[in-house]
Amino acid sequence: MIDAKRRVLLKGSLGAGAVGVAVSAGLLTPTLVLAEWPEAAFKATDQDTALKDLLGSDSTETSDKVKIKAPDIAENGAVVPVTVEGDVEGAKSISIIAAGNGTPLIASFELGDTAIPFVSTRIKMAKTSDVIAVVQTDSGLLSAAKPVKVTIGGCGG
Amino acid sequence: MSSIKIRAKNSNGVTTVKSLMSHEMETGLRKDKTTGDPIPAHFIQEVTAKWNDQVVMTALWSGGVSKNPYLSFKFNGGEPGDTIEISWVDNKGETESGTAEIK
Repeated sequence: MIDAKRRVLLKGSLGAGAVGVAVSAGLLTPTLVLAEWPEAAFKATDQDTALKDLLGSDSTETSDKVKIKAPDIAENGAVVPVTVEGDVEGAKSISIIAAGNGTPLIASFELGDTAIPFVSTRIKMAKTSDVIAVVQTDSGLLSAAKPVKVTIGGCGG
Repeated sequence: MSSIKIRAKNSNGVTTVKSLMSHEMETGLRKDKTTGDPIPAHFIQEVTAKWNDQVVMTALWSGGVSKNPYLSFKFNGGEPGDTIEISWVDNKGETESGTAEIK
């Protein structure tokens, strides 16, 4: 039984997506693959709980070293482009929060050793609210907020 | 053919990667207009970006990221010809990955 799993994993690693091969072979359940996904943080309905679960703390310090680029008015709340840059040494992660969404934590980017604190993506906003970026460093959490007006809400509700 | 489009460019020692992934990114909150049944959540949960086998960034996502997600990031390093690999896992355990060379 264990040998079968190892064989599939070893064979799979020669192609792309060893884990994918194992999952589709039915030998690895998705819960093993997704063990690291912080479910409680993403399901939290308020941002302090989300930050506490994701980063271990909800105490953030507003800093102008965290820059958020997002439109003042988003015509379509389903696709709001957001870019976050941190002029910060030793940034470990950048998290994006849409304060007006039912589950405010949208995404978190863990930065590898060589990564530069810069991420750009597109998010869904349910209604006009702040987009908040939190940069995690060894000495604490730095944050910034930018209000974005939304004309058509983006969660399909 | 991977459904992940990647463009990676190195300039002055910094590599900028832009990628576009095909995915529904269903939040699980929408309802089917004809039947009224909720459309099940189906979204990318984790994205891993590698430069020549070294992980440079891991993204953890919720259904709050837009459909057909765009992702751009930067890192110190990378030479033209090096490989960038982006792979994702979604909440159903489905996976995809794609590679591109740094220009």
